[in-house]
Amino acid sequence: MTLARATSVILAKELRTEFRSRQLLGTTAVFVLIVIVLFSFTFNPTSTESRRFGPGLLWLAFLFAGSLMLQSSFLREQTNDTLAALRLAPIDPFSIIAGKMAANFLFLLLVEVILLPVFAVLYNVAILPVLPQLLLVLVMGTIGLAATGTVFSAVAAQARLRELLLPLLLLPVLAPVLIASTEATIGVLQDPSELSLVWLTFLACFDLIFLTAAWMVGEYLLEE
Amino acid sequence: MVARSSCCAIWFRAERSRVSTPHSTSPHGGALSGRGNGLRIQFNDIEKRYGMRLALRGISLEIAAGECVALVGHNGSGKTTLLKIVAQLTKPSRGTLAFYSAENSVPLEEVKSLVGMVGHNTLLYEEMTAEENLIFFAKLFGLANPAELSRKALQPVGLANRASDLVRTFSRGMRQRLSIARALLASPGLLLFDEAGTGLDPEGQHWLGTTIKHLRDSGCTILMSTHGRNETQEAVTRAIRLEGGRITHDSGAGGNPNEVLVMAAVRESGEEGQQ
Repeated sequence: MTLARATSVILAKELRTEFRSRQLLGTTAVFVLIVIVLFSFTFNPTSTESRRFGPGLLWLAFLFAGSLMLQSSFLREQTNDTLAALRLAPIDPFSIIAGKMAANFLFLLLVEVILLPVFAVLYNVAILPVLPQLLLVLVMGTIGLAATGTVFSAVAAQARLRELLLPLLLLPVLAPVLIASTEATIGVLQDPSELSLVWLTFLACFDLIFLTAAWMVGEYLLEE
Repeated sequence: MVARSSCCAIWFRAERSRVSTPHSTSPHGGALSGRGNGLRIQFNDIEKRYGMRLALRGISLEIAAGECVALVGHNGSGKTTLLKIVAQLTKPSRGTLAFYSAENSVPLEEVKSLVGMVGHNTLLYEEMTAEENLIFFAKLFGLANPAELSRKALQPVGLANRASDLVRTFSRGMRQRLSIARALLASPGLLLFDEAGTGLDPEGQHWLGTTIKHLRDSGCTILMSTHGRNETQEAVTRAIRLEGGRITHDSGAGGNPNEVLVMAAVRESGEEGQQ
């Protein structure tokens, strides 16, 4: 079975189980909405202020969303040892990781899309004129967030103190993605808007390098 | 490319010839059939180390095609580790493992498509229905007509009328039956049971024992780890006792497994009594 086919089968399973239970999406969306609303009370959201603080707060909320969502990505497979069932199948082990990465990417993106209008209203930021550029930055940053998070979720799931281990492993590695995403978002939201190719290239390189590394070590990530 | 074994193609057959000869029936009425084409396994000096702890110490063993082998021994003796190595869920730290179908060596990368595993854990998704679980795994194994295959697979395990129910609503016995249906989807030549009877009530144990007998009769090679004496052991043709990662007793290919099984059960009950 090809990598793409196996990945799509696992992605479909992830989407089906999540949309059926809505455990992760519901919890995460509510949590990040609360975060964004609470932050909005801490300063006067004029356009100038929001352009200064907004992108950082936005990506902080996405990081919280990622931490919540990614933690359970592989933990869910431990309930009935279903990870073993996936590994028993004659498929490329990376397809298991790739399927979960794709699902996490879509879940995170969905939460971000829900959050954006709320952010725009509460922080008095006009996002409609720069929506395509903003979405491009979101997609690039979210790929990095989902890719690293899924890989470290696989590592942490098999360790003791896994709830503690994932943030410890994830945050240092995610720092470059968060910085690049925040800087690129600042550029997009500033007046006049400017899409920073430097930060976008940085994000693209990070995503590419991390996906390649995950593909190369996929088999070892899942082994007990 | 080694042709996919279909000795365990009981009840239904995926993407292959339809020459099944229903010579026996499953406990739920489905036809059992097989071609006697199980896998032969050769263990050469297998050692498995977890950090400083040795889980298996120099296991050398040959299991013939069609044998039904019980691995017995107390907790931590290495039974599950051995099964995981056979299923390629973990790699041995030392030694080699070879698989043969008839007289042909099976490349390790093709072995997974010939192995089915039933564990103490069901290896099923609780948020999916019985049918969805089977369709999902059929797709992962690259089987043709997954929907039709899953419907046929549910018949003999007596779950056809619960096909659309979520697995989390199932009892332990029903889950285990579904787990067996999942393991048999790809018509494996080798079936691994890792304490599959644990937690089952006497009726469930009886069902499992009868099913294993049918599978053995269909020619499938079966390797199972069990505890104490139970009905799943009635199908056993050979018993191997492990202790501290070593084989201490082996009834042999043509031997009487009951002596080893009884001895293991007596020792286990003795140890439990001391505790």
